[in-house]
Amino acid sequence: MSINRRNFLKLIAGAGAAGAVGLPKSGHAVEDFEGWPDTYGVLVDTSLCIGCRACEAACNQANQLPTPPQSFEDQKVFETVRRPDAGAFTVVNRYQNETTNGQPVFVKKQCMHCNEPACFSACLVKAFTKTPEGAVVYNPDICIGCRYCMQACPFYMPGYEYNSAFAPRVRKCTLCYDRISKTGGVPACVEACPQETLVFGKRKALIKLANRRLLSDSKYISHIYGEREVGGTSWMYISKVPFETLGFNMKMGVTPIPKYSYGFLWTVPLVLTIWPALLGGIYSITKRSDDLAKEAEKKTGSATAQPQLKVVGTAERSK
Amino acid sequence: MNQVRTINPSISTGSWIRDKIFLKMSFSQYLKSLFTPFNFVCALILSVGIPVAFWRFLYGLGPTTNLSDTNPWGLWLGFDMFSGVPLAAGGFVIGTAVYIFGAKEYKSLVRPAILTGFLGYFLAVGGLCFDLGRPWRLPYPMFVSLGTASILFLVAWHVALYLTTQLVEWSPAIFEWLGWKKVREWLVKITIGATIFGAILSTLHQSALGGLFLLMPTKVHPLWYSPFIPLLFFVSAILGGITMLVVESMISHKTFGYQLEHHDHEHFDRITLGLGKAAAFTLITYFILKVMSIAHSNNWSLLGTWPYGYLLLTEIFGFILFPCLLFFVAVRKNNARLVRIASIIAIVGIVFNRVNVSIIGLNWDAPIRYHPKWSEYVISITWITVGLLLFRWIVNRMPILYRHPEYKDEH
Repeated sequence: MSINRRNFLKLIAGAGAAGAVGLPKSGHAVEDFEGWPDTYGVLVDTSLCIGCRACEAACNQANQLPTPPQSFEDQKVFETVRRPDAGAFTVVNRYQNETTNGQPVFVKKQCMHCNEPACFSACLVKAFTKTPEGAVVYNPDICIGCRYCMQACPFYMPGYEYNSAFAPRVRKCTLCYDRISKTGGVPACVEACPQETLVFGKRKALIKLANRRLLSDSKYISHIYGEREVGGTSWMYISKVPFETLGFNMKMGVTPIPKYSYGFLWTVPLVLTIWPALLGGIYSITKRSDDLAKEAEKKTGSATAQPQLKVVGTAERSK
Repeated sequence: MNQVRTINPSISTGSWIRDKIFLKMSFSQYLKSLFTPFNFVCALILSVGIPVAFWRFLYGLGPTTNLSDTNPWGLWLGFDMFSGVPLAAGGFVIGTAVYIFGAKEYKSLVRPAILTGFLGYFLAVGGLCFDLGRPWRLPYPMFVSLGTASILFLVAWHVALYLTTQLVEWSPAIFEWLGWKKVREWLVKITIGATIFGAILSTLHQSALGGLFLLMPTKVHPLWYSPFIPLLFFVSAILGGITMLVVESMISHKTFGYQLEHHDHEHFDRITLGLGKAAAFTLITYFILKVMSIAHSNNWSLLGTWPYGYLLLTEIFGFILFPCLLFFVAVRKNNARLVRIASIIAIVGIVFNRVNVSIIGLNWDAPIRYHPKWSEYVISITWITVGLLLFRWIVNRMPILYRHPEYKDEH
């Protein structure tokens, strides 16, 4: 059997039952996982974005999404804060307020491609895979449509085809997996960006680049959003205005979301092994006292006219 | 309901279909007997519900619900699934008490409880089919692609297995109805095994339903998000089981009283009081766990916030401490009626809690909030109606509330 990419990914996914993604054991009990070593990512410098929406148009074309009612040149869309959905895997929002000194700041949003994705550990049919390249990809062929992935995603990113009655899919950014898994491939949005707001590269190199930028200009907020949030994400952001004012949730924590469920999964084998012994034991005790009562009744009860076992219930015992 | 019906299965009219299906009446008599106010209301509900169901399956979730990308879970999960499953725990609770702990006094409750449990789960899974994008793929987590790292995987397996277990536990009644003695005999033999298996599955999936929310630390309101949530769901499911037993047996005694050989009110009240005492202690446990979960996360300051703090305080004072007090008073004063009232309050409290966790307190700080569409209410109400009709259909035909004369000695 030849190992093609799909099978390889399945293999990887299969090994990852214990953690969000499988890694060879290091020989130590410590299980902290810092992401695939050579994973790719994108660094977004929000201070450079001019809101041209070329990334949105490129994404629409690359993923063969339906043509939106408003053209990609239309600046009116900025009047409301949008979110990615089944028809648009990425959106650019405009923020203009006191903290931005009245200057518009544009922020591109899409799936963050977590190092340890919540959607992966939510899915009961393993429809999500975190590839070694960093992309979190979805397989519609096995999805049952429970939408737990959407509910688990701390970034509110996946969209759903609610209007499809017979083949609804979860839809989200794929980090252009088909492109980046080929040598030299770059996501469509990154390629389209005229401002170099978006930089595609190895995640580790991007963190170095981000730190260099933070050092070069004191106006930058000293935080790389996505470096550590929920265990780290492939998409990362730097900004010159506080992230809170750009619609970023700063209360994410650094614990990967799947970790929150480990404690409970641990109780499953406990119940499976302890309950039969415990309940079986109690049953034996109950049965034995019943048997003893019957025997005692046989010995003494034959004299009485109606040998009837008196069951003492809780209500009576309490009197 | 005033009709005098022969329930003795040993008396036969000579026709199978009249014996088993038409309640020993001729077809025209049977049809006439269906014209009752209760049936009229049910027919009205179904005449709205069935078209809405078609609408949902032909046009998808988009037009029929207010679900969105931000709020992908709604009433069909929050009410039908998260509230329905704990309220269907009666079968597991009473089965364990009677067969494992030897509380034989309560044996008459086992069959109706397991029947309501089975129907409750059946309806929950049915409700889930409305909610799932591709319900025909329901067996996928079992056979096609196994997402073993998911708590939902656990729920799916355990609910499926438990539904099967309940069918096994309850099926002696079916085979008594059909008169298949050998099969029935074999099924009765595995009762203890099935009961223990059912207890394991119930412990796990009742708590796993709460465990589902563990993956949403940034989305569930902190007053309800807690590492304790699986335990809270489990303990309140036991409460749901006990209190539903009280209410369900009350309704059965009123509606199907003609089926009960002795109709011993004193015995019935004694059982109700026993259940009331159990409910009181379960409520104390639940209360302590609830307070501990607030203390564990140090969320005391959030209790004064509007509206979430007040919702939680309502849960604690109105739906935990208040019914708990009523149960204790009722047991002290031997007042079975009060146990029934307290049970209804506790049941409302469980639904209130599940709706708080899965709808009101979920995505509480999201820009778009969810309010169910009218068609979502219609489907939920339709499902309850279907459940009531199924329950009545079965109780009228099978030996659920009474002992089948041919198997009397074994009980």
